Amino acid sequence: MYALNYVKAKSVQEAAEFLAANPEAKLLAGGMTLLPTLKQRLARPTHLVDIAGLPELRRIEAKGGRLVVGAGMKHHEVATSAVVKKAIPALAGLAGEIGDPQVRNQGTIGGSVANNDPAADYPAAVLGLGATVVTTKREIAADDYFQGLFTTALGEGEIVVRVEFPLPKKAAYCKFHHPASGYAVAGVFIAQTAGGVRVAVTGAGPGVFRWSAAEAALAKGLKPAALESAKLDASGLNSDIHADREYRANLVRVMAKRALAKLSGKK
Amino acid sequence: MAKVTIKVNGTNQTRAVEDRTLLVNFLRDELGLTGTHVGCDTSQCGCCTVHVNGRAVKSCTLLAAQANGAEVLTIEGMAKKGKLHPIQQAFSECHGLQCGFCTPGMIMATAGLLKDNANPTEEQIYKGLEGNLCRCTGYINIVKAVKRSAKLLRGKAR
Ligand SMILES: Cc1cc2nc3c(=O)[nH]c(=O)nc-3n(C[C@H](O)[C@H](O)[C@H](O)COP(=O)(O)OP(=O)(O)OC[C@H]3O[C@@H](n4cnc5c(N)ncnc54)[C@H](O)[C@@H]3O)c2cc1C
Ligand code: FES
Ligand code: FES
Repeated sequence: MYALNYVKAKSVQEAAEFLAANPEAKLLAGGMTLLPTLKQRLARPTHLVDIAGLPELRRIEAKGGRLVVGAGMKHHEVATSAVVKKAIPALAGLAGEIGDPQVRNQGTIGGSVANNDPAADYPAAVLGLGATVVTTKREIAADDYFQGLFTTALGEGEIVVRVEFPLPKKAAYCKFHHPASGYAVAGVFIAQTAGGVRVAVTGAGPGVFRWSAAEAALAKGLKPAALESAKLDASGLNSDIHADREYRANLVRVMAKRALAKLSGKK
Repeated sequence: MAKVTIKVNGTNQTRAVEDRTLLVNFLRDELGLTGTHVGCDTSQCGCCTVHVNGRAVKSCTLLAAQANGAEVLTIEGMAKKGKLHPIQQAFSECHGLQCGFCTPGMIMATAGLLKDNANPTEEQIYKGLEGNLCRCTGYINIVKAVKRSAKLLRGKAR
């Protein structure tokens, strides 16, 4: 790791002002992605601005048909929160399947959503549930927020404050996790929402995406057979030593069927 | 430089360290607590597991400055008055180690797991130790040791 300056922010506003004044500074939340990156000297920020633990980022609340999760909430806290388990059990389950216990004790939803790793779990829930990412500058709909490989709609110095999830009628997530890292080789989040069925896929492509053919097929009824024939073009999917694109396409279908089975089995 | 005060195994320790200093280096190099190991330095192996404010974390992936003001428990803080902690005793009795390099991390991860779940199933033990790698044992005896730890700890509680 190159030498850098550590700064503990006292508020989100102070962090935002610091970022505006220091263009080479970077936010630090759980550090579970950023610190490994810095150790590899893949980035050279002048400052790390620590926002972990800021009270403004540490809310979990269900009200008015929405579940609000502050950006600073750790995976373990979301996984075990009684409020999340009651409002969107699939989200609690997803958080509990991220990485390993030590990672879940440090990593945050804000860091995960800001980083947008193509194999990360939270993006599937945020997109699958049609959530809203609330930042220091604006509110961004999930459909506009995720823009492919490690890319989001976030601008320079923009901080994710919270994610607001509209409560679905039902939702389920299923992932085939990489046995070493825990990341999704393919993960599928299915939600029955007020606006129809949404199917979000992570791990398989260069970034999280909605599988529109599956959504259209499931709109006619939540039947596994509908997924059998839903078109999925493998040519745009990831191919690597872990899984080639055809295998990943098949995994997506299998994970979708399993998620659907979960969805139909229990709420 | 960052002035950092961390309560390690019950004692406040203040040092001025470079901002980029990792918690594991603070423990090993500044305090001489070399029981916390660095196996991979890439957040994978869990050999560096310690508890920060009661939760198990990988100390190679946390700056000492991030732990400023926190309470840290390391393997050196487990035994009390020369008596092994029940988890240490169980690892010894069940031969839950061979070279022992992963053991401090395994024990701290086990302590974290048993705090959340006093009587885990075998499946839950596998999941609970997902963040820890052992190159020697094949895990069989580690899982036995965790089961025995749970028993000893529950017995003690009763
Ligand atoms: C061994 C291991 C296994 C893992 N397995 C999985 C897995 O199975 N699934 C999975 O999804 N993830 C996995 N992860 C990643 C983990 O979930 C991270 O916690 C997460 O990706 C980043 O969150 P963080 O709080 O640690 O962010 P940090 O590492 O602190 O930050 C990540 C990036 O986001 C930026 N950032 C942080 N917070 C904000 C904010 N509020 N607003 C704007 N930008 C922000 C930072 O500047 C940085 O660029 C794994 C990580 C490790 C080390
Ligand atoms: S040394 Fe920290 S996880 Fe391996
Ligand atoms: S006993 Fe040698 S690495 Fe686990």
